[in-house]
Amino acid sequence: MNMTAHISDPPLKVHSARKKMRRKPIFSMDVVAPALKDAFVMLRPDVQWKNPVMFVVEVGAVLTLVYIVMALLGKSESQVPISYFVSLDAWLFVTVLFANFATAIAEARGKAQAESLRRTRRDTVAHRRLAGGATEEVSSTALRAGDEVVVDAGQIIPGDGEIVSGIASIDESAITGESAPVIRESGGDRSGVVGGTLVISDSIVVRITGASGESFLDKMIGLVEGAIRQRTPNELALTLVLSALTLIFLIVVIPLVPMAANAEQYMTAYLGLDKPLKSLGTDVPTLIALLVCLIPTTIGALLAAIGIAGMERALRNNIIAKSGKAVETAGDIDVVLFDKTGTITVGNRQATEFLPMAGYSAEEVSRLSAVASFADETPEGKSIVKAYEAKGNGSAALPAGARFVAFSAQTRMSGVDLPDGQRIRKGASDAIASFVKSLGGAVPDALRSVVERVASKGATPLVVANNGTVAGVIVLSDILKPGMKERFDNLRKMGLRTVMITGDNPLTAATIAAQAGMDDFLAQATPEAKLDYIRKEQAEGKLVAMMGDGTNDAPALAQADVALAMNAGTQAAKEASNMVDLDSDPTKLIEVVEIGKQLLMTRGALTTFSIANDIAKYFAIIPALFAGTLPWLKGIDVMHLHSPTSAILSAIIFNALIIPALIPVALKGVKYRSLGADALLRRNLLVWGVGGVVVPFIGIKLIDMVMTGLHLIA
Amino acid sequence: MKLWIIPIGLLLAATLCAIPLSRYFAWIMDGKFRPPRWLRFFEKALDTGEQTWKSYAVSLIVFNAGLFVTGFVVLALQPWMPMNQDHKGMLAPTTIFNSVVSFMTNTNLQHYAGDVNLSNFSQIFFCILNMFLSASVGFCALVAIIRAFRGQKTVGNFFVDMWRVFVYLFLPASILFAVFFISQGSPMSFQSSFQVTTLEPGSMGTNDKGEPARQTIVTGPVAALESIKMLGTNGGGFFGMNASHPYENPTAASNFFNTLAMMLFPFALVLMYGRMLGKMRHSWVIFSVMLLMMAGTIIWSVYFDTMKPNPAFTSRAASRTYDIPDKTAPGGKIDVCKPRVAGLPVDQHLGNLEGKELRFGTSAGATYAAVTTDVTCGSVNAEADALNPLAALAPLTGMWLNCIFGGKGVGLMNFLMFLILGIFLAGQMVGRTPEYLGKKIGGREVKLVVIALLMHPIMILLPVGLFAATPWGMKAESNPGPHGFTQITYQFSSASANNGSAFDGLGVSYGFNDNPNPAPEARAWDIATGLVMLFGRYLPIIAMIAMAGFLGEKKSAPFGLGTLRDDTVTFGFLLLGTVVVVGALLFLPLAALGPIAEQLGPIPFGG
Repeated sequence: MNMTAHISDPPLKVHSARKKMRRKPIFSMDVVAPALKDAFVMLRPDVQWKNPVMFVVEVGAVLTLVYIVMALLGKSESQVPISYFVSLDAWLFVTVLFANFATAIAEARGKAQAESLRRTRRDTVAHRRLAGGATEEVSSTALRAGDEVVVDAGQIIPGDGEIVSGIASIDESAITGESAPVIRESGGDRSGVVGGTLVISDSIVVRITGASGESFLDKMIGLVEGAIRQRTPNELALTLVLSALTLIFLIVVIPLVPMAANAEQYMTAYLGLDKPLKSLGTDVPTLIALLVCLIPTTIGALLAAIGIAGMERALRNNIIAKSGKAVETAGDIDVVLFDKTGTITVGNRQATEFLPMAGYSAEEVSRLSAVASFADETPEGKSIVKAYEAKGNGSAALPAGARFVAFSAQTRMSGVDLPDGQRIRKGASDAIASFVKSLGGAVPDALRSVVERVASKGATPLVVANNGTVAGVIVLSDILKPGMKERFDNLRKMGLRTVMITGDNPLTAATIAAQAGMDDFLAQATPEAKLDYIRKEQAEGKLVAMMGDGTNDAPALAQADVALAMNAGTQAAKEASNMVDLDSDPTKLIEVVEIGKQLLMTRGALTTFSIANDIAKYFAIIPALFAGTLPWLKGIDVMHLHSPTSAILSAIIFNALIIPALIPVALKGVKYRSLGADALLRRNLLVWGVGGVVVPFIGIKLIDMVMTGLHLIA
Repeated sequence: MKLWIIPIGLLLAATLCAIPLSRYFAWIMDGKFRPPRWLRFFEKALDTGEQTWKSYAVSLIVFNAGLFVTGFVVLALQPWMPMNQDHKGMLAPTTIFNSVVSFMTNTNLQHYAGDVNLSNFSQIFFCILNMFLSASVGFCALVAIIRAFRGQKTVGNFFVDMWRVFVYLFLPASILFAVFFISQGSPMSFQSSFQVTTLEPGSMGTNDKGEPARQTIVTGPVAALESIKMLGTNGGGFFGMNASHPYENPTAASNFFNTLAMMLFPFALVLMYGRMLGKMRHSWVIFSVMLLMMAGTIIWSVYFDTMKPNPAFTSRAASRTYDIPDKTAPGGKIDVCKPRVAGLPVDQHLGNLEGKELRFGTSAGATYAAVTTDVTCGSVNAEADALNPLAALAPLTGMWLNCIFGGKGVGLMNFLMFLILGIFLAGQMVGRTPEYLGKKIGGREVKLVVIALLMHPIMILLPVGLFAATPWGMKAESNPGPHGFTQITYQFSSASANNGSAFDGLGVSYGFNDNPNPAPEARAWDIATGLVMLFGRYLPIIAMIAMAGFLGEKKSAPFGLGTLRDDTVTFGFLLLGTVVVVGALLFLPLAALGPIAEQLGPIPFGG
């Protein structure tokens, strides 16, 4: 086990991610102003074309404008005043603007978030190493991949890279917001450093892996900013369905013209009038208004914003997703692989119990163990001292003149030689056995069974020898991180299977997995074993998420459907992943899954809401369309709206206003609760489905009442 | 309360029969039945080997093309064919086209009257043959979809499936029902007509010599046609009067079993779906949603027809006036005066009795109207044209949704269309990308579903708009105004849903080719509804088979706590909501301009 690796284990950050979320009001001025400007810029037809639903609205608005101009030039034959058409057209344009604004504000927030990250990546002075070993000062922007730079304490690392030599503690708070410094060293899995972070102690040589401006993070931030935003497969499919719905409603509305003409002709004949009757049913701008009310403008307007906001939510959790697809896929994950160390358990095993052999008491064994470990700097050694002190023995010190015997691979034990000649050793049982025998002592028969019993519980037995006798056994156990069991339970409620990966033997792995409440474990995991495990799960149709940091994780990360690399990890791991966690917090996978689920839920909820809205609009508009020919259809106007024109205007105003009203939902997302799919569906169907049917009835009536009350409409 | 005995009895009986029938269907279609050797010979001869969904679909289309040609030949050569004792001539070519399409698409829209226009040869070799085969085609298409969903690379053999459905399912069931109908009094004969002297001489008028004229009573293989007409949800009557004719439907008992017969296969198919997929609970959810919707249409129909008076003849209709705003008129409005016939002293305490066969009971007509459109049978035992306006909304809804059990196979296919759309739109609310049967619904599948879904409203709305504003429709309707609009709407809805029932009152019959006095716009109707039936049938079938083929290829994810459950009450509501909301959005304008305008308005039947 590589002891130094554990030093840099991130501190417990079970809830830190939530705490650190930089809450920001949705409509803060610094994003609203540019978003408003963008909303107008985005009126360009070539931009709208990408969003078929809103494109139809824009075309409708322009057509209505043409109609108004023609009516002004010629004489209006309609029986409704021109002001009706003007306000109708204004609201059509406002609908498009609201949609643009929703997208723009989501982009602006994403950009603001990315900007704050990028600010940390300002120009710095770099000390590039020359061939002879000397260094030259260059700007960090002049660095190219492959350059080696020397960074001393107090200097900022000029670019992303890997440590070639040296070890240093680094302050990554600029990126992660976490103030505790982390250790990075050459070789191994924690050699990656990020440009813009500060070296606090020591000196390192870094090989730059990405030229300035095209570093890994730069590229990813670019993605997040939406400059190269690609629509996800699900988003594309949904856009397709929304376009099809638009087409369907076009097919519903167009035949209304001849149908309404039929009613006009019939009533004219029935009443014996000379001049043909006219109804709004054959009036083009009104039919455009009906079409706009029916096509799913709400979700059409918010769809892009939902996707961008998903990326931005990830970013706020210090997770940079390489694509929207990765975030979306996270919602579908069935299996999550967690590394045991650092995620499930506290980095190292700790002494939890002292088992005495014949002739010794537990106190005696604990004291001997502590004495043997006073000078032992390993976490295990420290934990033994701590366990001794915790029993109320006060802090003790190594007696003067004692000589510490360090652990070596040959002896496989450590200990202390006291001045009085007493030799205390602790180590693996066979090593201690041979040590005792070498001093002429005897190994008690009971030792074997005690050691086996401890091992069978998944703990590590360390045997303590006092000169030629075996004093007892130290039990080193894995300590579960607090709060993790609850989080895994939550994952299970979300329908995910949790799997623990560990290099331990199956026995130990099983014990810890059971303690932590994991569903499965993969013991003695080699890179190949991890890869095979993921492939096996995927063959069963499951989607697998994994977090990793080492180069040897890269194949498994590349294979996993959602791969989250720790920012502290190697470049290979980061390249193979589709997300990077700047905090290097292994429990982040849970947040990632939640963000993915939230994204999909928000999309589903607003789509359902948008379509359910249409029912009320029909009840408002259809009676209005035929007030001039079939006045008794007023009977289905359950909202008792003031007049035909006020009914149509109320519907179109509601249709427009619901977009900004739902922007906060689109940006924040529908709250995800781990209730299980059925309860979640029931809840959301009630809120967004039934609510979607009911809300517009109330909304349209209110708008009608306000307009009538203020005498805004005839 | 007595009103509800027929509908409740029917729903119960059909559900109870569906359970064992579905078992039998699954057993046959999974090929577990080993027929006797002489039957196996035919099966072997037909077996062209396992087919992919593509070749299965091609076989289906080619087979139907064959049906078209055969049907056209039989009808066109009617005057020269045997068994034509009454020397019936040739139908107008457009009517032949319409009828051939109508029978091969399982629609059975009849722009002719069977007793007047068809010889017994045509009845047997055109009508009955097509009724068996077209019913089997829809069935087979569904079975192919199920097999594709199961992830099978090949979806069976179309011809073997046709053989199984035809010989092992429809044939025995038809014989059983035909015998029952004979026992009730339906004729079964090769004689085409009798000349009889009626009990009241002269009631048929007199001939040239002043003698009382004799009545011609048409007969034929009525019982045989009647049984497959109902079982195969075909609906094309031997007589123009369909199941209200005493030979087709002689008694109250025959009426009950007549209605039950059309419900059996559609009901059982839903459960067969679950059985073949190994998802019984899921299919019970679908079944319950369909049953609920069917109960809804029946209740609506019976309530507004049998329990409510005809709104035109009520004091309320007489007392209401309406005004139309008009700047040019004096007072700024035009008064729509009260109807001339309103307020006539009509006793309506038994509801609307016009156009009903009262020997079946007062609610039998309304019940039948709802059921026959729900299962896309199209047979009728009462005049749909004479239903109360709002009651007519029930059969229209049945055809618009086209998935309340629906025709054999296609009804469930249409429902799957809504199901996949519903899962795609609302199913995401569980926080996963949409999946059905554990398979992710991707862009391609959704595209195909949308194509299938689009066809039906296009085929109804566009032609209705076209015909409503042109002489084609305006000259054909018997009552201009909302009622005439309903007539036009009904005809195209029936054609697109492959239902085949007619609202009546629409002049769509050309008759024999030499008819000197045909309905003025009959040709336009023949061609338009013929095309609507073709598109309304094959495009959705092919699109759905393809969709199932693509979806079936995908890996199936295991079921987890986070997966959308497809066997819960919540899911049932999701389905119900999708069908009702999408249906309402598509067809509410038609409903408002037709039945609702007629019901609320003061002018009965368009004045």
